[in-house]
Amino acid sequence: MRKLLVAMTGLVGGVMLSGQAFAQEIRNPAEEWEHLWDEVMLDITVIGVIMTIAAVVMLIKYRATSPEQVGTAKKLTTVQSISFALIPASIFMADDFYLAANGWTVWNAYRRVPENAMEVKVTAYQWYFEFEFPDGTIADGSVGDDDKPQAIKLPSDQPVVFRMTSEDVLHSFGLPDYRVKEDIMPGRITYIWINTAKEQNTAVLQCAEFCGDSHSQMSNPIHTVPRDEFDAWLAAKADE
Amino acid sequence: MSTPTTTAGHAATPAWKEWILTTDHKRIGVLYLVGAMAAFGVAGLMALIIRAEQMQLGMQIVTSGTQYNGFLYFHGAAMILAFLIPGLTGFAANYFLPLMIGARDVAFPRINAFSVWLFYFAIILALLSFVVPDAPDIMWTGYPPYSITTSANTSMYVFTVHMLGFSSILGAVNFLVTVIYMRAPGMGWNQLNMFVWTTVAAFVLQLVFIPVLAAAVTLLLFDKYLGTHFYDPSAGGDVLLYQNLFWFYSHPAVYVIFLPAVGILYDVIATMAKNRVFNYKAAVYVGIWGTVGISGIVWIHHLYISGMPDWIRLGHMVTTLLISVPVGILTLSLWGTLYKGAITYNTAMMYAASCLYLILIGGLTGIPLALPSMTLHLSETSYVHAHFHFIMALFSAFALFAGIYYWFPKMTARYADGPLATISFWLNFVGVNVTFWPLFIIGKEGMPRRYWDYEMFKDVKVMGFYFEQFHMVATIGAFTIALGMLLQTINFIYAAFAGKPAPTNPWNSKSLEWTHTVSPPGPGNFGDTDVVVDENWSPYEYSK
Repeated sequence: MRKLLVAMTGLVGGVMLSGQAFAQEIRNPAEEWEHLWDEVMLDITVIGVIMTIAAVVMLIKYRATSPEQVGTAKKLTTVQSISFALIPASIFMADDFYLAANGWTVWNAYRRVPENAMEVKVTAYQWYFEFEFPDGTIADGSVGDDDKPQAIKLPSDQPVVFRMTSEDVLHSFGLPDYRVKEDIMPGRITYIWINTAKEQNTAVLQCAEFCGDSHSQMSNPIHTVPRDEFDAWLAAKADE
Repeated sequence: MSTPTTTAGHAATPAWKEWILTTDHKRIGVLYLVGAMAAFGVAGLMALIIRAEQMQLGMQIVTSGTQYNGFLYFHGAAMILAFLIPGLTGFAANYFLPLMIGARDVAFPRINAFSVWLFYFAIILALLSFVVPDAPDIMWTGYPPYSITTSANTSMYVFTVHMLGFSSILGAVNFLVTVIYMRAPGMGWNQLNMFVWTTVAAFVLQLVFIPVLAAAVTLLLFDKYLGTHFYDPSAGGDVLLYQNLFWFYSHPAVYVIFLPAVGILYDVIATMAKNRVFNYKAAVYVGIWGTVGISGIVWIHHLYISGMPDWIRLGHMVTTLLISVPVGILTLSLWGTLYKGAITYNTAMMYAASCLYLILIGGLTGIPLALPSMTLHLSETSYVHAHFHFIMALFSAFALFAGIYYWFPKMTARYADGPLATISFWLNFVGVNVTFWPLFIIGKEGMPRRYWDYEMFKDVKVMGFYFEQFHMVATIGAFTIALGMLLQTINFIYAAFAGKPAPTNPWNSKSLEWTHTVSPPGPGNFGDTDVVVDENWSPYEYSK
């Protein structure tokens, strides 16, 4: 409940202060996602184990010993009936609001783009992505000369926000390593941002909304590299 | 109280004509079952092709991505629209609902016959997609702009939905009128079988929400063939309009399937445990009707990654989580029905017991998906795919099979139980776990849905294994299920003609379909005397 209040005040505060700089540290949504995942898994495992034990015990314990035997459960009184509805409902609702508050907190990490983020414009086509960097350089994500999708590089010293639209059908910008995706649509602009602080050369970008024949081939490797390597790559792209 | 009597058979009309032109709710129910099982067979075959293709990297089985997409489309559309919905609200409701409430038929028998005809026309139209050159490849969701710009035949999808929707609306009107006006004299609302309540709830949902789906797909048709721009942003339309309309129906449609399945489960468990339904009124008025009430305000959870405004995504997070309240009460009531019971085990009860497991796994794995922040990653992965298969496909299909074994002696005067039934049950139960658990695991690491290849993940390992190895296990599971289903179908056909003969009320049930009529019931159901019940009668009253 306290977390819910914090999240709600956060939202109201965010609306009131919109336009003003938030002195916030740069969060890492992917890490917060993993943390929330562990929490939710614990939650559902506890419920699942209790219910499974209850079912297994009853399924074994209450076997009929003769064909004529009947169940002996008493009819509930009105008070019992209402209690057996209200008490579980309260427990479920308490759990729901607890999860909602935590989910909301992580949601804010995903949706509030850091002030210093580098903006990359993404346009999706059947079946490739195109990237436009702040200096106007365009990196085409289609298949390269070696018949493999080309890697897209991003700087590790600055968060990156993708502003995305589509020229044809629905697509989705899916980055499983960053635990995020958002659809790309014609006529609308959507965004996601990622915390690129950790250098890597194994992340995958994939189309995650059905888009036809080569949907499962619409993908690029995403590398997060030091600033100088990124600049060199961008310069090379500009020359192409 | 009347005693069961046989009624005279039909007049000397050829049997095939008798079946096609029938207005008897029981025969119509059987027609639904035959059509639904046929759809299940073909759609199941598609599932095998899909799993075989995903078993290894690269393209082995299908010849193009478009062909794979066509199979995927057929699998989804046929399983939901032609197997689960007609199996539960067509077959089970038609055959057993009038018997359970002591009615001699439904309110409008001819409209009922028309409903099943429409269902068959729709199945034929859907099957034609295998012979036309440009089969639909738009998934069962049919999202524009792809469904509009594709060269494939979207109109076949739209007209199939129209016919099935029309059939369901007529069915809904028919059954609601039947339950409201044709209950046996003396039967109050709190004496109905749980299956009757859940079916009523499902038909209320169909009546309210199908028109929205019909409108959505009709606008698709206009956009594609008549040049309108409802979903075309370049001319002022909006692509998200379709997704909102589609899921405004299709989330409640989940409960159109889920609720009658829960109803069958209640009737099987209460009968086999010889026990009263635990907290009946809470289960009906909070569980069933709470689910119905909340079903219309949660659809955005299918659009968590579709760029909807943040406030509506968070609002629907709360409403979606609150589904756990009515569904939790239903679950507790199901569990409570076992408490102090006297459980007899047979194939129906084995399927029912496995449903308790399936509802837990399917329901609990949905909780992360209620949170938009979790879904930003999990959406469109095989985690989602495994989740909804557990709750919608496996739970509902297993409940339907529980119902078929339970009511088999009513329909044929023979048991379907036997070694073949037991073997096929275990093959199916083991098979579904082997198929879908690996998909949960790789889904969490990003394995996308609707992919025939996953080259980009070829070096990714989870728990020390490659995605390909998980897919291989899942495919083995799928073929295990296929073997189980094949044996089960053989068992049903064999048992219908040569199974062990069963008495009129083999399970010693208190429900009217067992106590007041012969097996199978003749025309008019209840012989010469109308069914009348007193105020103390209940289908679940065993202990006195």
